[in-house]
Amino acid sequence: MNTPLLSVRNLSTRFRTERGTVRAVDNVSFDVAPGETLAIVGESGSGKSVTALSILRLIPDPPGKIESGEILFDGKDLLKLDDEGIRAIRGDRIAMIFQEPMSSLNPALTVGLQVGEPINLHRKTVWAKALDKAAELLGKVRIPDGRSRLGSYPHQYSGGMRQRVMIAMALACQPRLIIADEPTTALDVTVQAQILALLKELTRETNSAMILITHDLGVVARYADRVAVMYGGRIVETAPARQLYKTPRHPYTRGLMASVPRLDGDTERPLVPIEGQPPDLASLPPGCPFAPRCKDVTERCRIERPPLFESGPSHLSACFYHERLAA
Amino acid sequence: MASIAETSQAATRRRSRNPVLHFVGRLFREKPLGAVCAVIFVLFLLCGIFADLIAPYGYNQIAPLKRLRPPSLDFPFGTDNLGRDMLSRCIYGAQLSVIIGFCAAGIATVISIVLGIVSGYLGGKFDLVVQRFVDAWMSFPDLIILIVVVSVVGPGMIQIICTLGLLLGIAGSRIIRGAVVSVRENMYVHAAQSTGASTFRVLWRHILPNVMAPVIVLFTTRVGTVILAESGLSFLGLGVPPPAPTWGGLLSGSGRTYMLQGPWLALAPGLCLTVVVYATNMFGDALRDLLDPRMRGSR
Repeated sequence: MNTPLLSVRNLSTRFRTERGTVRAVDNVSFDVAPGETLAIVGESGSGKSVTALSILRLIPDPPGKIESGEILFDGKDLLKLDDEGIRAIRGDRIAMIFQEPMSSLNPALTVGLQVGEPINLHRKTVWAKALDKAAELLGKVRIPDGRSRLGSYPHQYSGGMRQRVMIAMALACQPRLIIADEPTTALDVTVQAQILALLKELTRETNSAMILITHDLGVVARYADRVAVMYGGRIVETAPARQLYKTPRHPYTRGLMASVPRLDGDTERPLVPIEGQPPDLASLPPGCPFAPRCKDVTERCRIERPPLFESGPSHLSACFYHERLAA
Repeated sequence: MASIAETSQAATRRRSRNPVLHFVGRLFREKPLGAVCAVIFVLFLLCGIFADLIAPYGYNQIAPLKRLRPPSLDFPFGTDNLGRDMLSRCIYGAQLSVIIGFCAAGIATVISIVLGIVSGYLGGKFDLVVQRFVDAWMSFPDLIILIVVVSVVGPGMIQIICTLGLLLGIAGSRIIRGAVVSVRENMYVHAAQSTGASTFRVLWRHILPNVMAPVIVLFTTRVGTVILAESGLSFLGLGVPPPAPTWGGLLSGSGRTYMLQGPWLALAPGLCLTVVVYATNMFGDALRDLLDPRMRGSR
């Protein structure tokens, strides 16, 4: 693997709440290579979105705070930049797509102004030219007749079209990295596939890397190169996508896979839910966060926190029994 | 910066051609009372702006032989104890009211916007301190502050405009702040931050357009409040000093002294004041009713 574009090292983000400190992201490390698509998978509250927001330093402070760690982007530590420095990165080198296209566009501004804004902001392009570029971008995300639609307001667009507009905004400055935070959650299933295919195609075209945050394993299988599974604010398993599907080495990943239907293979197979509730991040158990819900839990899991074990070529698993799981 | 202004102007022009007409149509259809009041408001504005052309006589033009004449065709509002035409004086009074009303309401609105947006958006300790200051400020009765300021710096139009602007501006910031706090939590504000926009840019381009509805309403209702407050001050003799014909001054001067000999002297400015303040308030209410659901619906 060549030098990573983004390298997150030991990132911890906490939120101070009335019930105590919540470690939403706890000692998370991962790399993203140029042009690679990394999927971060996990259920609600597992820290996926906070990880994404931490990278761009968009965590509201207070109550949130990035406690420790390094976020190296092109060799620069984003956490050490001043406000001006991080603003120059946001939207220009790293762009973000949010999960709710319905509320992520400003209802009071025309689509053209919103798509053109990053260009005007970072390239200091005059507005007339920024709008030309915006029309071109709308064409790229397959919004027909982009030029005449620049003057429309977001409420005149459908949900799928709004997410296309968000993608156009993200692509405006040809960022090296796109962070897509559940880009298709709010959309129809048929539109979801179109949006993801479009996103994949456009990132390939511009050779942008992508962090795809999702809870949908089906999405991961089709569009990701590598997967990081998050649970309780930590990464519990990371592996190349194919390998993760073939040989999951963490009970949580296995549980996730057993709980979703597959169209290929055995359609008669019963779906097995993961028992219990996701952990309360304000009071995590001292051992493995998944221990209370794990079927193969041992005494050691409850006391000792498992580190990430090398479980194969570029395959890490935070389970003491990862080797047994391989069998 | 110039190019931004150009485009947003161009955008406003594009937008305003149909929606403004559409909005006026809705005003007349859904809020007939508000529409009538809007017409009165506009007439009052025109009266103020073109006072020099409309008024049949000068406001200080004396006709000693025609003193205390009741309303007639020559003098629709009658004449006062010095034979000055009351209609002309009321029209010039409208001019002063327009100037004071719009300047003070304008200053108040700008102060409200700046204070409300910054305090609401930044939140945290800054918000806390600013809001407690606003609380303390609002606990003083308006008239007392006005009287204190005017008795210190002396009566005059500029003093009144500035004091009223500051007074109402700080109180009104509470309304804008409330709107900003609810807008701030929207995803598109985070999205704007994620594109690398500076705080100023987020405030100016993303938050302000979304709180324009309360801002417009605040402004129109403030115009009425200011006119009334100015009349109150003039009535107490602390307003714009004579011979300037302010409505409050007309009421307290000749209006009060000659009330029994010429009731029209008090009636004319009193009616002007009542109608205009009522119209601005009803117009503001109608605007609020029409603008708010639209903002909600388009979100």
